Formats: sequence, structure tokens, C-alpha cells
Amino acid sequence: MTIKLPIYMDYHATTPADPRVVEAMLPYFTQHFGNAASRNHPFGWEAEEAVEKARKQIADLIGANAKEIVFTSGATESDNLAIKGVAEMYREKGNHIITCVTEHKAIIDTCKRLEKNGYRVTYLPVAKDGRISLDELKAAISDKTILITIMTANNEIGVIQPIAEIGAIAKEKGVLFHTDAVQAVGKIPFNVNDLKVDMASISAHKMYGPKGVGALYVRRRNPRVLLSAIIDGGGHERGMRSGTLNVTGIVGFGKAAEICKQEMATESVRLRKLRDRLNDRLHKGLDEIYINGSVEHRLPHNLNISFAYVEGESLLMGINDVAVSSGSACTSASLEPSYVLKALGAGDDLAHSSIRFGLGRWSTEEEVDYVADKLINVVTRLREMSPLYELAKEGVDLSTMQWQTEGH
Amino acid sequence: MAYSNKVIDHYENPRNVGSLSKEDPNVGTGLVGAPECGDVMKLQVKVNPATGVIDDAKFKTFGCGSAIASSSLATEWLKGKTVDEALAIKNTDIVSELSLPPVKIHCSVLAEDAIKAAISDYKKKQAATGKPAEKAAQPTA
Repeated sequence: MTIKLPIYMDYHATTPADPRVVEAMLPYFTQHFGNAASRNHPFGWEAEEAVEKARKQIADLIGANAKEIVFTSGATESDNLAIKGVAEMYREKGNHIITCVTEHKAIIDTCKRLEKNGYRVTYLPVAKDGRISLDELKAAISDKTILITIMTANNEIGVIQPIAEIGAIAKEKGVLFHTDAVQAVGKIPFNVNDLKVDMASISAHKMYGPKGVGALYVRRRNPRVLLSAIIDGGGHERGMRSGTLNVTGIVGFGKAAEICKQEMATESVRLRKLRDRLNDRLHKGLDEIYINGSVEHRLPHNLNISFAYVEGESLLMGINDVAVSSGSACTSASLEPSYVLKALGAGDDLAHSSIRFGLGRWSTEEEVDYVADKLINVVTRLREMSPLYELAKEGVDLSTMQWQTEGH
Repeated sequence: MAYSNKVIDHYENPRNVGSLSKEDPNVGTGLVGAPECGDVMKLQVKVNPATGVIDDAKFKTFGCGSAIASSSLATEWLKGKTVDEALAIKNTDIVSELSLPPVKIHCSVLAEDAIKAAISDYKKKQAATGKPAEKAAQPTA
């Protein structure tokens, strides 16, 4: 079997829409184009019916009631709505929020904005495995704490946080619990009641649906979560999110959720096998490679590896027919390497040497073998021209060396 | 990020990768940058004591494609130049030869630093050993 290049192995960034999703969406562009808020004619009724069907499909995937799903433009908006909405609504009760250093920027930057407005935020550290400490979480909670927001699975290292335990602590202390579940929903079992989650952000395009549509799960009972809207207007979505609903996107989102619910069990087993195959091959072909974050508590389709003594961007250049991403600063606009990897205490040099592999619905064994073989070649070649590899082989301890860093 | 053809060529076919003996009094070694910044360059020159001309140059680089290309190009340019001519190589020459974008200018700066560090190391070694070669270059008293 010949493989088609370039190979896509960046499923954490986004996923292609499943053809079944696209098929479900198509009639809603032209035939059933109505505004779901139009109450007086069949065009509106059809659109509303489609939206309610999707709402149910998404609720079913996460064990929620359809009424608890609020549609948004994507998970960034969902995160903003959850945090800012709680912060404003519960201001009288307190001004303290607890989150974690490895959260997505949609959480971190939202919290930073609130800090400017007089809120206090605790950023819990993570251990080397990428997980927070439950004792540190408990110790951080005070009578002013109104929200805990901890992601379910990390977008870079795929590490899964102890969500059920966090949910139990939040419940016991009477603090609301939000989780950015973007990377987890549709990939691993996620049930809002088992996990005692009060709010959860989800995104369609991470689960083979279209871009530009997401949702926030907002619990209605035990407790009933109230949110101040951050977008004002026609009072759509029970007043929590105004704006005409993206009906086609929502229909696609619903279909994507339905497919994930049906196929997740078999798909995750298949992807875990592929991921382990990739990992085994790389470990057989190369020395001094390190998995970033917990292996045990990890999404089945994620692998994040640091290839010591080799810089990430030069690695990507050598595998330019493979789409993956690197934690190296050189690949992005910022000058700092990945803050997630730095938080693990890996050291900046290993952060610069990392690659994130994200497998997905259309990943094949042939692709995995191709990528592994190519990487082994490139890493070997780059190590031959790496002064760090040479020094390490001479027995020099790189961490104690004096580096000339001024001006860089 | 789009790379210029010259950067890609140096990345795929780097010139003069390797190491010269650090113990050789005619070899100057420069090691600049830091792993936590994402680039480290080692550049070495071997100077002919009789003529003061750089006979050989080698490099090893940990860094992005532009850093590898900058140091590879530097070794190409160094060969055949006198020590003083080598010191005249400017990072801007490297930027224009490789068409480096603004975010990659630091790679060329690092290459210039590596050249200067290698030559300064060579000069230090020569001064320490008081090599006759250095004196021979001076007019006899």
C-alpha cells in the first residue's frame, strides 16, 4: 500500500470533518437554511428541530441533559463564558479562582484578565508527570473560592488530570468546577455526573466536526449553575449566549458527537495500538528520547517526545512531509519554548527538542512506520552534527556547563 | 515557515560538519549559544602558521535550519581567508546570502559570534605557546 504524502499527524490541532458529518450538514446550507429563532414559520421550525436534535446528540455523548448544552463559537468562547460568567455572577460570594499552569491559553489568559479586575487566581503547579496534586488543590481552596477550572486532558502532552477526584473535592467544598474537555470528549469516556463536573467546554473540530462551533455544558441541577452572559443580544441559549445559532455547524457537531459515541470504544483501542507502535519503534531506533508527561494517565492517541540534543524545528524540517508540531520556540511566534513542557521541569533544552504526535481516525500503520523510520534517520543525522551530542558522548554534563547566553 | 532554497540546501547538504582537534595549537574553537535558547554552535578553524590563512573549518550546530545553514555557510566562507579577513565577516552578509527572515537574524549573529570566538581562541593559544610562527610573521629585529 502506498501512502499519501504529506501525512497528517497533528489531530490535537484540528481534525478533518468526517464525510458523514459533512453529508448531514449539507441540506442546512441551502434547503433548511432557516433561523432557529424564527418562531413563526416552518423554516425556523426545521432549523430549531435540527438544533435540538444536535443538542441531544451532544448531551448523550457526555451524559448530560440536552437543556444543559449552550452552543458557542468554539471552546475558547466556552472557556471565556464559563470563567467570566461565574466570576461576574458569583462576585458577591468571592473573588478567588483556582486553575493550573498547564492549562490552555484560553483559560490562562482569561484568568489573567480577571486578575487585572481584582480577582485572585491560584495557578497550581504540576508534577513531572503533568498532573496536579490533590492536596495542593485542597489547600488552595478558601471561603472566597468561587471556581476551580482544570482541563481534562492536555493539548500538548495528552496528560489526563484526576477529574473525578477534583470533582469530588469541589462538590465537598461547595465550589463550582469547570473543565476544558476539548481534547478528551469523543476520545475517552467522559460523563459529567460520574466526574461531578459543573461546566465543560467542548469543540466540534477536535472531534471530526466543523470549525467555528463549540459548546459549554452548564449543570442545571445539584447545583444549578448561573452565568452572566459575556455577549449581549437577543437572549438566545437561555440568555447565556446571544447570537443567531450556527445551524449547519451545530448539525455537524451533533452528528460528530453521535459518531464518536458509537465508535469511541473501538477507535481508542486502535489508536492506542498505533501510538504504542510509534513509541516502540522510536525507542528501538534511538537512545536518549524521553516521553513528556505521564504514560499511564494519557490520551490513547497522543505521544509527546523529546529527542535530546536535537532542536525541534530542525527536526520538523527533516520530516517536512509529516504534519506534527514542536514545543520549540523557533516554530512559533514567541521566543519561549512550550510553557507546558517547562512546567514539567524538563529543562528548556528538552522543551526545544520535543515533538507532539496526534493520531486520529484516518491514521494508519503504514503512516506510523513511515514517520518512525524517517524520524530515526533525521535524528541520527542531526545528532551527528550536534555539538551537544558530541559533548554528552565525551562525558560532559551539559547542565553544569557555562553557556554564553548574553544577547540571545 | 518558508525557508529559502539556500537554507534548505545547507540543511540537507551541510558543508564541513565535524570536529578538529582542540589540542592542536593551530586550531581555534568557538562554542556559542546555549541549549535553553534553542541554539548552540561550535565552529573551529585551522590556521596555517606559515601563511596565516585558514586551511580548514568545521562546525557542529544544535539549532533550527537557519542556524545550521548560517554556520555551514560560515565555514565555507572561512576557508582560504586570513584571520583578519575572517574577522571582517558580518552577520548581515549571512542574512543577505541566505535571505533570512527577521525572526532568524539571531542565527546569523550567533554565527558571527562563533567566528570571532574561534579566532580569539586561536590567538590566545598562539600567544600562550609563543609559537615561532607568530613571531616569524613579524619583521625580524
